[in-house]
Amino acid sequence: MSTAEHRVDDLHLRHLTKRFGETAAVDDLTLTIAAGSFFALLGASGCGKTTTLRMIAGLEDPTSGSIHIGDLDVTNVPPHKRPVNTVFQSYALFPHLDIFENVAFGMRRRGLKDVNGPVMSMLELVELAPLARRKPAQLSGGQQQRVAVARALINRPDVLLLDEPLGALDLKLRRQMQIELKRIQTEVGTTFVHVTHDQEEAMTMADTVAVMNSGRIEQLGHPADIYELPRTAFVANFLGQANLVEAEIVSASAEVVAQAHGNTFTLPGDRNFAKHKQVIVGVRPEKLTVLDHFNAHLVPDSNNRVTGRVTDVSYAGVSTQYVVRTPWEQDFIAFEQNMVVGDRCEVGDEVVLHWSPSHTFGLDGTQDVNAGISAEALEETRAASSLGGE
Amino acid sequence: MAHAIPTVVSGSAAPPPAQRRSRTGYILLFPGIAWLLVFFAIPLVTLFATSLQVPVPGKPGYFEPGLQFSNYATAMSEYWPQFVRSLVYAGIATALALVIAYPLAYFIAMKAGAWRSFLLVLVVAPMFASFLLRTYAWKTILADDGWITSTLNSLHLLPDHRVLNTGIAVVAGLTYNFLPFMILPLYASLSKIDPRLIEAGGDLYASPIWTFAKVTWPLSLPGVVAGTLLTFIPATGDYINAQLLGSTKDHMIGNAIQINFIQFRDYPVASALSFVLMAAILILVFSYIRKSGTEEIV
Amino acid sequence: MRWLRRNIIAIIAIAVLVYLFIPIAVVAFLSFNNPASKFNIRWNEFSLDAWTNLCGVPGVCSSFATSIGIGIIATIIATVLGAMISFALVRYRFRGRSTTNLLIFLPMATPEVVMGSSLLALFLNMRFPLGQVTVIIAHIMFIISFVVVTVKARLQGLDPRLEEAARDLYAGPRATFRYVTFPLVLPGILGAALLGFSLSFDDFIISYFNAGTLVTFPIYIWGAAQRGIPVQVNALATLVFVLALLVVLVAQFVSYRKRKSVQAH
Repeated sequence: MSTAEHRVDDLHLRHLTKRFGETAAVDDLTLTIAAGSFFALLGASGCGKTTTLRMIAGLEDPTSGSIHIGDLDVTNVPPHKRPVNTVFQSYALFPHLDIFENVAFGMRRRGLKDVNGPVMSMLELVELAPLARRKPAQLSGGQQQRVAVARALINRPDVLLLDEPLGALDLKLRRQMQIELKRIQTEVGTTFVHVTHDQEEAMTMADTVAVMNSGRIEQLGHPADIYELPRTAFVANFLGQANLVEAEIVSASAEVVAQAHGNTFTLPGDRNFAKHKQVIVGVRPEKLTVLDHFNAHLVPDSNNRVTGRVTDVSYAGVSTQYVVRTPWEQDFIAFEQNMVVGDRCEVGDEVVLHWSPSHTFGLDGTQDVNAGISAEALEETRAASSLGGE
Repeated sequence: MAHAIPTVVSGSAAPPPAQRRSRTGYILLFPGIAWLLVFFAIPLVTLFATSLQVPVPGKPGYFEPGLQFSNYATAMSEYWPQFVRSLVYAGIATALALVIAYPLAYFIAMKAGAWRSFLLVLVVAPMFASFLLRTYAWKTILADDGWITSTLNSLHLLPDHRVLNTGIAVVAGLTYNFLPFMILPLYASLSKIDPRLIEAGGDLYASPIWTFAKVTWPLSLPGVVAGTLLTFIPATGDYINAQLLGSTKDHMIGNAIQINFIQFRDYPVASALSFVLMAAILILVFSYIRKSGTEEIV
Repeated sequence: MRWLRRNIIAIIAIAVLVYLFIPIAVVAFLSFNNPASKFNIRWNEFSLDAWTNLCGVPGVCSSFATSIGIGIIATIIATVLGAMISFALVRYRFRGRSTTNLLIFLPMATPEVVMGSSLLALFLNMRFPLGQVTVIIAHIMFIISFVVVTVKARLQGLDPRLEEAARDLYAGPRATFRYVTFPLVLPGILGAALLGFSLSFDDFIISYFNAGTLVTFPIYIWGAAQRGIPVQVNALATLVFVLALLVVLVAQFVSYRKRKSVQAH
């Protein structure tokens, strides 16, 4: 693995399943992660993403299924014999060893004699060479994080696993480390598999994101593709925010037309994933334009539209967030860029929201429209709407 | 990307450490547990068997296996005062130790700041000095012409006009000797209390006494239970304090067991006494633990 | 008055600490005494005889050496056995866990006089000769439980991810134990050994039942108490106390300095 002609291979998970008693933490997962890619497993806690990672590392036995790196079946290979290394959540640096010995640990265990050069150059890569003789407790959180990365990467694994690696850092440091990790990944070209519950982190760093829910992958693809065209309500809600309306399809050809609450929505046929008449029509908040109802005539005829009353306006510098209550008591959220000074709508204004059909997506109508929204968030929205709707 | 490949059921790759069930576990347990079985559990059985032995006729000091339950009656009828005295002395000593230990444990847990661990060392330090010598030193402190005895005498507080060779000296010695066993568990549970809870008590216009009764004391109960047990158990079985500081009128059950075993060599009676003591303490301990609802101290 | 009310707890706490040390001060004080009678419980005149001639009375130093030897052997064996049990309890699943826990808890809840007498009953019934071996057996028996409690706490406080990290970094089960688990648990094991030694060294009741004609340091003191404890005993006990306290305080000071320097960075 440490030879110069470092051979990289795709990672294959086939029908991977892990059951704890009756519940399946990971449920028949089949997935290929391309060599050299930065892959993110995104999901809420308990979705099975960490169990998947631990099975790849060998720290957890699959109930069934297999794990291959290239042609090599590693399913039953113990962790210390796998060409896979892990950056643990909260790092798990050895407190009794200094930074140098932490990084050298893997090489020494493989019986390599000349560790000095590789360790120092690895420490230089993560910009920690001057601190080689410090103990982990003497480093800041961000420095410990980089030691953890160096300790894993020095072994030149085929796959580097990162378990919520930035979870313990504050927001500013997290941003810095996102860029840093991305830089290191580009530099070494190793396959990174990154587990996180932070959708922003997954989208900024990874070139492929898999959204996991109850042990299964809901959707997999390039971050932008998933965001622009979610295939399930869970993905739509979990990855960013979405305005979702339950509707019924009245005609379907190259263009799909759906109706709900007396409104008609159109969307391109290839953006519709509903198999039956029941559909959930969705659009992302930043795709909406907010117009005062006096200006309703300015809305292009082809656009989808919804009328309502503004119940909340929050100004956030680059953009303004509006909450608009529709006649059927649903809250729509809209983000507007603050391009013009003044002339913003105010609470109580009657407005028209409109957006292009090409930004609209259609989801299978049999699923829960609130999937992917945490219970507390739902509760809060309900409380807020009961306050606003007096 | 879904390949139709037959599922591979995982074999016996190294499982996570906390869940291992293998022969290694039993191998690790065996020597130590065997030691405890052979030299702690079996002796208790032997003790019980010995307590039922009968004398060999014509050979004084020799006994043979039997089922002479009357040994218990003999032992108890002769030594019930020592038995009762043990429980009373140990009970008083435990209560005194609790009263003395609580302020110190509270101070170390709540007010000592950076001095915490230094003060804890000081609490344990007396145990580095010989138990027997420390007990013996009370002979000097409580001597008949010492200032403690004369002060108490001038206040007419001493019925016998002396402390040494009375029950008071024995209780004083017991209280002193097992004090660290009271302080440490009290400290352990007091240090877990969030000081903000006590501040909150003060903030809500509660008097310090109310705050103590409603906040501090209930939260420290696990420490109180553990501390009283750790003091009461050794105090009940102790006979060094009674021997060195008391007169024969102040002897406890431990003295009786020791004398019967080693001087009189009346093994059945000595074993019966020992077994009754063990049983009494176990019943007390388990009913106390159950009543106080803190089964976590084990 | 206000000052008194505010500092009442501190004053009581200091008084209790002083109380804890009064008998030790008496022991140390009397080690410089030249007693008028054979009972060294009353101050007579200053003398350094005991300190300059520590082994001057027959039996003092030999019993002291006996206790140290027994303490070392019993501590080593009990620490190994106890540490093994702790690892099994924390790291392995096995049948009979609650019985095992009870067997470890009970010796700590049993009065010494019961343990000493029941073990004597066993040795008598087996016609096993009393002496050094029986005392060591007894000491190992009562130290094991304390070792288990101490080491178990340390093991349970260990982050399981550290061992996973070692396995992830090419350390097999043996290497993981040798390079990660053991070094991290070692302070707990050493603490347990120190505790075990001090329990063994100072034990009187259990030793007395099972010693036969063997004389340990506490047994020597017990015997001497009837006919007068030599001043040398006070000197030796004071020496042990001061040395033990110094070792603990220095160890604590070092770890405090270490923590300080960690915070400074």
